Amino acid sequence: MATASSGTAVVTLPTDTQILITRDFAAPKHLIYKAWTTPELIKRWWSANRGEVILAEVDLRVGGKWRYVMLADARCFPQASPGAGGVEVGFHGEYREIVPNERIVSTEVFEGAPEAEAVDTLTLTESGGCTTLTILVQHQTTEHRDMHIESGMEAGLQDALDLLEGVAISLDGDTKSPS
Amino acid sequence: MARAATTTDAFNAVAEPQRRQILDLLAAGELPVNDLVALLGLAQPQVSKHLKVLREVGLVHVRDEGRQRLYRLNGRSLKPIHDWVSNYREAWEERFQALEQLLEELKHDEENDHGNGE
Repeated sequence: MATASSGTAVVTLPTDTQILITRDFAAPKHLIYKAWTTPELIKRWWSANRGEVILAEVDLRVGGKWRYVMLADARCFPQASPGAGGVEVGFHGEYREIVPNERIVSTEVFEGAPEAEAVDTLTLTESGGCTTLTILVQHQTTEHRDMHIESGMEAGLQDALDLLEGVAISLDGDTKSPS
Repeated sequence: MARAATTTDAFNAVAEPQRRQILDLLAAGELPVNDLVALLGLAQPQVSKHLKVLREVGLVHVRDEGRQRLYRLNGRSLKPIHDWVSNYREAWEERFQALEQLLEELKHDEENDHGNGE
């Protein structure tokens, strides 16, 4: 059912260390902001039906922390230990700048690769009831940026990549450096 | 995660901004080295070095015509990079579609609230 309208998100790599994601929504920006920042609502979309968000903590103030943990469907992780009900995938960060309904700057760390901290800038621009959402992911190095996208290319792990929005480096983290 | 050598991996070859600039220029059509040098404003040896890397990973093809060496883009070799970004894009799109469904609900909730006089 998700196929009819797919294909509207645009991903570009503006510089060697950035990823830019752009997507239009037929909704006012305050509702997107609400869905983006309200824990009960985050739990309903963030895993994109490929697992369950078991934790969504949002301390929405500058210097406040956020943390999401998803229990990923074991079927999406062929490398997960057999019999496991799922794989826990955690992300966290800190809010650096908040303009309600318009802009959030926060750090983002995938807990399987804690050295690769990125800074994400979310912007929402509304025009005539439609909202353009952009996420600029600023990595510290090209290697981190590339890993962020690249790791999902590993054979047989396409599903996991989808699940992890390209932060599929997590699979490396899960198998090599359980923390 | 080990990185492939610059000369064996298209991803690394395009990680260099000047090499990407060369690919952008060649996307418009075949060009002789001298034109590339002029358009880029770089020294000839530098351009030649970049072209050598691009050639070795198959991102550009070269042919001699008289005394000129003509370079052109090999689009096919860019496909892995295109796929690389596409996977990431699709993953986000899936998430956005889940968000979109939720937004429809939120819109209806809001309309109902207004309908009930807040």
